[in-house]
Amino acid sequence: MENYIVEMLNITKKFPGIIANDNITLRLKKGEIHALLGENGAGKSTLMSVLFGLYQPEGGEIKKNGKIVNISNPNDANALGIGMVHQHFKLVEIFTVLENIILGVEPNKMGFLQQKEAREKVMDLSEKYGLKIDPDALIENITVGMQQRVEILKMLYRDNEILIFDEPTAVLTPQEIKELLHIMKEFANEGKSILFITHKLNEIMEVADQCTVLRKGKYIGTVDVKNTTKEELSKMMVGRDISFKVDKKEPEVGDVVLSVKNLTVPSKTHKNNAVKDVSFDVRAGEVVCLAGIEGNGQSEFVNALTGLEKPSSGVINLCGKDITKSSIRQRSIDGMSHIPEDRHKHGLVLDYKLEENLVLQRYWQPEFQNSGFIKFNEVRKYAERLIDEYDIRSGKGSETITRSMSGGNQQKAIIAREIDKEHELLIAVQPTRGLDVGAIEYVHKQLIARRDAGKAVFLVSLELEEVMNVSDRILVIYEGEIVGELDPKTTTVQELGLYMSGAKRDGIKENKDGE
Amino acid sequence: MDTIYYLIQNMLPVAIPLLLVALGGMYSETSGIINIALEGIMLFGAFFGALFVFIVQNSGMEPQTILLLGMLIAAISGSIYSLLLSFASVNMKANQVITGTSLNMLIPAVILLFSKMFFNSDGITTNMNFYIKEIPILSKIPVLGEMFFQRTYLTVMIGFAFLIVAVIVFYKTKFGLRLRACGEHPHAADSVGINVYKMRYAGVTISGILAGIGGFFYSVGVMDGNVSGHTGVAGFGFLALAVMIFGQWNPIKILFAALFFAFLRTLAYSISLIPFLDNLGIDQTYYKMLPYIATLIVLAFTSKRSRAPKAEGIPYDKSKR
Repeated sequence: MENYIVEMLNITKKFPGIIANDNITLRLKKGEIHALLGENGAGKSTLMSVLFGLYQPEGGEIKKNGKIVNISNPNDANALGIGMVHQHFKLVEIFTVLENIILGVEPNKMGFLQQKEAREKVMDLSEKYGLKIDPDALIENITVGMQQRVEILKMLYRDNEILIFDEPTAVLTPQEIKELLHIMKEFANEGKSILFITHKLNEIMEVADQCTVLRKGKYIGTVDVKNTTKEELSKMMVGRDISFKVDKKEPEVGDVVLSVKNLTVPSKTHKNNAVKDVSFDVRAGEVVCLAGIEGNGQSEFVNALTGLEKPSSGVINLCGKDITKSSIRQRSIDGMSHIPEDRHKHGLVLDYKLEENLVLQRYWQPEFQNSGFIKFNEVRKYAERLIDEYDIRSGKGSETITRSMSGGNQQKAIIAREIDKEHELLIAVQPTRGLDVGAIEYVHKQLIARRDAGKAVFLVSLELEEVMNVSDRILVIYEGEIVGELDPKTTTVQELGLYMSGAKRDGIKENKDGE
Repeated sequence: MDTIYYLIQNMLPVAIPLLLVALGGMYSETSGIINIALEGIMLFGAFFGALFVFIVQNSGMEPQTILLLGMLIAAISGSIYSLLLSFASVNMKANQVITGTSLNMLIPAVILLFSKMFFNSDGITTNMNFYIKEIPILSKIPVLGEMFFQRTYLTVMIGFAFLIVAVIVFYKTKFGLRLRACGEHPHAADSVGINVYKMRYAGVTISGILAGIGGFFYSVGVMDGNVSGHTGVAGFGFLALAVMIFGQWNPIKILFAALFFAFLRTLAYSISLIPFLDNLGIDQTYYKMLPYIATLIVLAFTSKRSRAPKAEGIPYDKSKR
């Protein structure tokens, strides 16, 4: 019999209306990286929260080194050497890095903080693992990548030997992901055991030893990563074959739908303009992708386009109409649909019911209201049609509170709402961020379907694979300027990378078809 | 120069209740609970403090001892009353503003009722004098001695002591770090094993202690030892909230905010001493509006950049992540 450091046996965890974990068993060996794979809402995070003491399971038991243990709160987990990097970081924004690391296990004399010794230990750990941090910086002022390093140092500071990473790569840049995976391997070599929640298959293939797959709260199986393939894993995860290539036919390009001329948008964080003199067209029946590394002006550009921010100069034309100064509602009426970057902040009212969110763009239309009174029967009917058509899954159907839905299904709700309304232009900003392969495939199919229906699609993405697969034309943005226009059929990922990092630039092709 | 000394000597006893209650509000808000009930807690503390003074005033006890014991009584009664807010907002997850408002409304009525029943008056009138003519040695320091250590109250020294304690507690202790974490990001605090409910109880209870003391000090330093169910603490509890916001939830800034308001109030009551203002011929009543008008103006201009504890006012629920 093999020795396991942690065993979670037959764990069952129920929430109202849903069984999040149904009789799940997971065994972790010392010094291994064990990936936990599953779609959004498969119960991965719940299972790890049980191990970390945030939730109490209704059934099953947890063993450490063969002995049954009771973990009723994070203190118990910490005492057993279990640490966790949460998907949404649990850091106090107005505290310094150091204060966040020591919070809960503060070195003190008679209640007085002894920050000096803590600082030494933190800096030693930081140096040892190459986790660069500034101990005195406030969390609100540092990058997401550094925030994650703080979370990791929090575990190391507590001398945890079982490290749980809950979707750690979702928020990182490719470079940061590489560093993180390297550090994880280093931890494993030192004898720490790692549980790695993810739905990115590449990362599993790269670092994991074992992989346990969950689907809809059920245990599907555990496989040895060396003896498996991406295709097999994704099939286990989704329950059907997944194509990584996006099937699409040649675009049938029509009239100009969106035309942007000399658009300049000031920045809120620094004195320079975030978007500088950008001009381009998007035509009906094509997918144009704005590619770039995060923070190069994409957000400001989209905000100006959708009316969330005011440009300082330039003109935006939608179907021949100047909408530069139009209200957001007017833009929507004129045919603009928007899948926003931050689905929690701009996409949904999280504490509303699903049906209310689905009708958010249309509740004022005569179909849904009469002299200011909303026709709830109509709303319900409409919502149920969309839920059915777009396969939005939730605990209580159209009455589900949106906050309780999984990320993938929240995104489906937004897509359903934006696609179902009259539109000529669909703006999709990082529509697959944080989604699993099944949901990504779904989103990509919807985007292509819009294109084939003769609509213009403007996609903003950071994912190189997505940029290459989905778009018909690529515009690369670097420091607020369009530095290149590429054809995904003839360019390579490497070349795209050069443009994105500013190493290469040649500006946009002027009216190549001579109109 | 004498006018300045007079203003400062009269300003400090007014500033101290504001300072203490605003600090109390800060303890509560940094833990994540909005304490609108400060006004009511002040009056509650003042009432029991004054009741104690009333009972012992003829026993021949040393006035400063009575003051300290009265302070203790006020602190205990304030903390007990604040438990109602803790219970409602932590255990029952009630709306904190509404709970606080109802606690405020209860107290003046209760005090009026009991005062009518037992004293046949609107409040408690004591004949105790806590005034200190001059403090030995310290009052001899040139300038400063006359400003701070002559014709004053013991409450002023105690108030400053609480300020220093607050600075140390908030920024130098484990307790302060944890308290602030609970008001900013209770889920983060919970995930590192801090009991958010306990910390919030602690924050509100400390605010109850300070508000109780503040109320008693108001009755000592501003009302000459009396308490009235009609005038209560004249909106000082709410003024303290304004002081706290103006002070950006920072003890030292709160001190200056409290001094600012107290200065305006003292000025308004001392117009006859300042020839320049007296000659303007404006009715004194308008000057008395000054601190309150200043509150409106200051809050209107500072609230935009003010940064309240992020999670304040939101009941903590473990399952919402």
